[in-house]
Amino acid sequence: MFEWLGISQQALFGQLLVGLINGAFYATLSLGLAVIFGLLNIVNFAHGAQYMMGAFVAWMGLNYLGIDYWWSLILAPLAVGLVGILLELTLLRRLYKLDHLYGLLLTFGLALIIEGGFRQAYGISGERYDIPEALNGAFNLGFMFLPKYRGWVVAASLIVCLLTWLVIERTKLGAYLRAGTENPKLLQAFGVNVPVMVTLTYGLGAALAAFGGVLAAPIFQVNAVMGSNILIIVFAVVVIGGLGSIIGSIVTGIALGLIEGLTKVFYPEGSSVVIFVIMAIVLIVRPAGLFGKEK
Amino acid sequence: MTFDRTRLGFIALVAAGLVAPYLIYPVFLMKGLCFALFACAFNLLLGYTGLLSFGHAAFFGSAAYLSGHVIKELGVPPEVGILIGTLLGLGLGLIFGSLAIRRQGIYFAMITLALAQMVFFLCLQIKETGGEDGLQGIPRGRLFGAIDLSDTLTMYYFVLAVFLIGFFFIYRVVHSPFGQVLKAIRENEPRAISLGYDTDRFKLIAFVLSAGLSGLAGATKALVFQLASLTDVHWQMSGEVVLMALVGGVGTIYGPLAGAFIIVTMQNYLSGFGSWVTIIMGCVFVACVLLFRKGVVGELSGLLTRR
Amino acid sequence: MFKFKVVAAALAGAASAWLAPSAIAQSGKMSDGVVKIGVQTDLSGIYSDLAGQGSVLAAKMAAEDFGGKVNGVPIEVIAGDTQNKPDVASNMARRWFDEDKVDMIVDLPGSAAALAAVKVAKEKNRIAMVSSGGTTRLTNEDCTDRTVHWAYDTYALANGTARAVTQQGGDTWFFITPDYAFGHSMEKDASEAIKAAGGKVLGSVRHPFPGSDFSTYLLQAQSSGAKVIGLANAASDMMTTIKQANEFGISPKQRLASMIVMITDIHAMGLKTAQGLLSTDGFYWDLNDETRAWSKRFFERHKRMPTMIQAGVYSATLHYLKSIKAAGTDEAGAVMAKIKATPVNDFFAKNGKVRADGRMVHDMLLTQVKSPAESKYPWDYYKVLKVIPGDQAYMPVSKSVCPLNKK
Repeated sequence: MFEWLGISQQALFGQLLVGLINGAFYATLSLGLAVIFGLLNIVNFAHGAQYMMGAFVAWMGLNYLGIDYWWSLILAPLAVGLVGILLELTLLRRLYKLDHLYGLLLTFGLALIIEGGFRQAYGISGERYDIPEALNGAFNLGFMFLPKYRGWVVAASLIVCLLTWLVIERTKLGAYLRAGTENPKLLQAFGVNVPVMVTLTYGLGAALAAFGGVLAAPIFQVNAVMGSNILIIVFAVVVIGGLGSIIGSIVTGIALGLIEGLTKVFYPEGSSVVIFVIMAIVLIVRPAGLFGKEK
Repeated sequence: MTFDRTRLGFIALVAAGLVAPYLIYPVFLMKGLCFALFACAFNLLLGYTGLLSFGHAAFFGSAAYLSGHVIKELGVPPEVGILIGTLLGLGLGLIFGSLAIRRQGIYFAMITLALAQMVFFLCLQIKETGGEDGLQGIPRGRLFGAIDLSDTLTMYYFVLAVFLIGFFFIYRVVHSPFGQVLKAIRENEPRAISLGYDTDRFKLIAFVLSAGLSGLAGATKALVFQLASLTDVHWQMSGEVVLMALVGGVGTIYGPLAGAFIIVTMQNYLSGFGSWVTIIMGCVFVACVLLFRKGVVGELSGLLTRR
Repeated sequence: MFKFKVVAAALAGAASAWLAPSAIAQSGKMSDGVVKIGVQTDLSGIYSDLAGQGSVLAAKMAAEDFGGKVNGVPIEVIAGDTQNKPDVASNMARRWFDEDKVDMIVDLPGSAAALAAVKVAKEKNRIAMVSSGGTTRLTNEDCTDRTVHWAYDTYALANGTARAVTQQGGDTWFFITPDYAFGHSMEKDASEAIKAAGGKVLGSVRHPFPGSDFSTYLLQAQSSGAKVIGLANAASDMMTTIKQANEFGISPKQRLASMIVMITDIHAMGLKTAQGLLSTDGFYWDLNDETRAWSKRFFERHKRMPTMIQAGVYSATLHYLKSIKAAGTDEAGAVMAKIKATPVNDFFAKNGKVRADGRMVHDMLLTQVKSPAESKYPWDYYKVLKVIPGDQAYMPVSKSVCPLNKK
């Protein structure tokens, strides 16, 4: 066993693993943001609120209707996705002809309304959501105890990321999506119903955020501001990865989780700012992000 | 005709400013004026150059801290303190600007946000800023060594003067040939380039001016409330100034002034309603984007010219 | 569901108080014909559950219990949201004193906001009674003769918990501290108490505020091998830390001691997560018949049991009203003299005393959170391990740097 900068190898492995867990989490969240930006050209500021709604829907399901965690994992994203579709049909739709800054401002306003509403109803302390029975306990990895639930979070996030990527890169539907990103008018001319596709994409993005919310519910306290605390980090992930790039947000999410984890070990005070330092550097050197194409 | 109307507008503004403290609570007016100056400075960038910065709190807040610090700890007179704050705004603006100016749209917003977060971090870590307690009890001192600013009314007229100087300066910039080039860049940048303008240079100058004026607003605010705190450098402050410009009317000269007063009024008089304020703000945001994209002033003047 | 109604009702109450025209009554030494109490609190931010509408209600209850009138003039309660921001707090205090004829401000959550507001109160010669804000600066370097600090301070909490736990054998500590002045001073006060009691601090980590994931810090705490992990963070950060300590199997192997916990935090976390947590509190609703009687009245209207802060707002407001009556005027100096001369005796404090520096000294409670099996009825959350006498709990006058003590 060797020591590196005063940290034992074991402790370092532990910290890297924790970083990976958070990274997988960032990846899921930024994925939805990237999908939405890719097709709609909207920076979805309501993403944090949709994530929070996912967690709250799971909590409400459990406490009012007796729906357990596993069903919530499917039902909460569906419910929030539906809300997303409604928002797109009634509000966002009106803004596509305008500068996409208006989309950002509108979703920011929506986020304020949703968060304010939940805070008014449930207070700031929020509610607790217990880890499902089957995932209680921990694996002993030798260098640390890995809670089973954290292991599940990594697996579930990676599976969802992979599935989304496969759908977009390998299916016909995905091909339409990518075509829609490049040239919506042409795609429309080929007889594809682009407005419906746009609506569904926004729904999918919201659903992905909600899925992240359900995953997060047992780890964090379920409260109204859980989304806004994490949103700004997820934003940075998407920008660094390259706005609209699916693979970019997945890879960057995981990488930033690891970097943040290491910063927490060596300079914990700086762990909140390190992501912004990286973002500034990346944007100065590579304006369209690591995986993005300049338009 | 338009010349007369502008002149009339200015006279009305000055007159209103002079009379206001006898009708409305002066401390509230001072807060409104500081934010109005901040919003006007921001509007110079967004409204006349088309660049959305999401990091303006960095100029506002760091100027508040520095001028507060030099006034409180080094005992410099208030006008020098404010000048130093403004210079800091200019300097930071030059750094931010030269790093960000080549980027557009969302990338520009994000890079300014990232840089502003670093400034926030510095303000949190440096001992002199007093952490989350902020710099408190900054003395107002004597202006030019003679006028005692601790009197509310005197302070008000000083703030009014600062605001008017900033406001007229922005007006002059916007209506100068330089301002015309900025508008050309906003409307069609490739065309401006093909006409032979070094657009990056113009944008950078606009950015630095906007940052310096934001610094002026921040430094003045520190003197009014006698404190500078992390709120002033937080990214929410950057969001607030966007809201002010948007509500009032982006790209109109009086818009940010109106927007700032609307928002400050809401914050002041709705504060007993707690979370509902957030919800109301959200609704205002949504309504502005969907219904009044030109803002209050923009829509009003639209109505007037149609007649 | 039901919470929503309550909050709406409380809001309507706050709104009507806000809009009610000030009555014009004349009484010799009572200014403006009304005694106005301004509850400066956090209605929307991180302290809105531990203070917030509950504090507003507590102040109203005090006014009602006093009879709604003092020396023949009506008592009015208004509320405002400082968002824990010092500029908002100072601006609001100034407006209340200048425009709304407020005589006393109470609650003041967030140390920075509290420090800003008490300065304005001093400048305008009005009284500020701090219940939420915790910093010892209020009665030390920033003390004024118009400030009273009521429910607790960081010294009393950190010192109480750290000393008691160390004496019980928890003599090695690791701190998880938020990276801001409030957290730093808690860690410092606790560390001194630990050393004085013969313990040792093995290390500490400072995390950005607000934090999201605490597992990294918990792993560091784990590898330090300390017997006790001291948490100097508050509210949602603290709750997440405790939740994750359970998740990683760190507690109960290493004990958790929190420097600042409110009963609403325990309620939100649930006993399964919070059980065994040690902390110091200024008030517990289930302590004796008197506390139960008041707390049940509070619960009827708020649907939550009071925190020490909300109970403190009631106690402070009542003491203020009593002092006005005793002084026969609402002039701040005369009232303050009575506030300091009269012992505080109500359900909140027994023989409490307001010191020259403004510190209200009363007994504190060392508590441990019950396990789900031990809890017999709703809100049955604490075992009171020990009553810490006020003069041991609070910073002694000899250590205080407040010039008011040197008369």
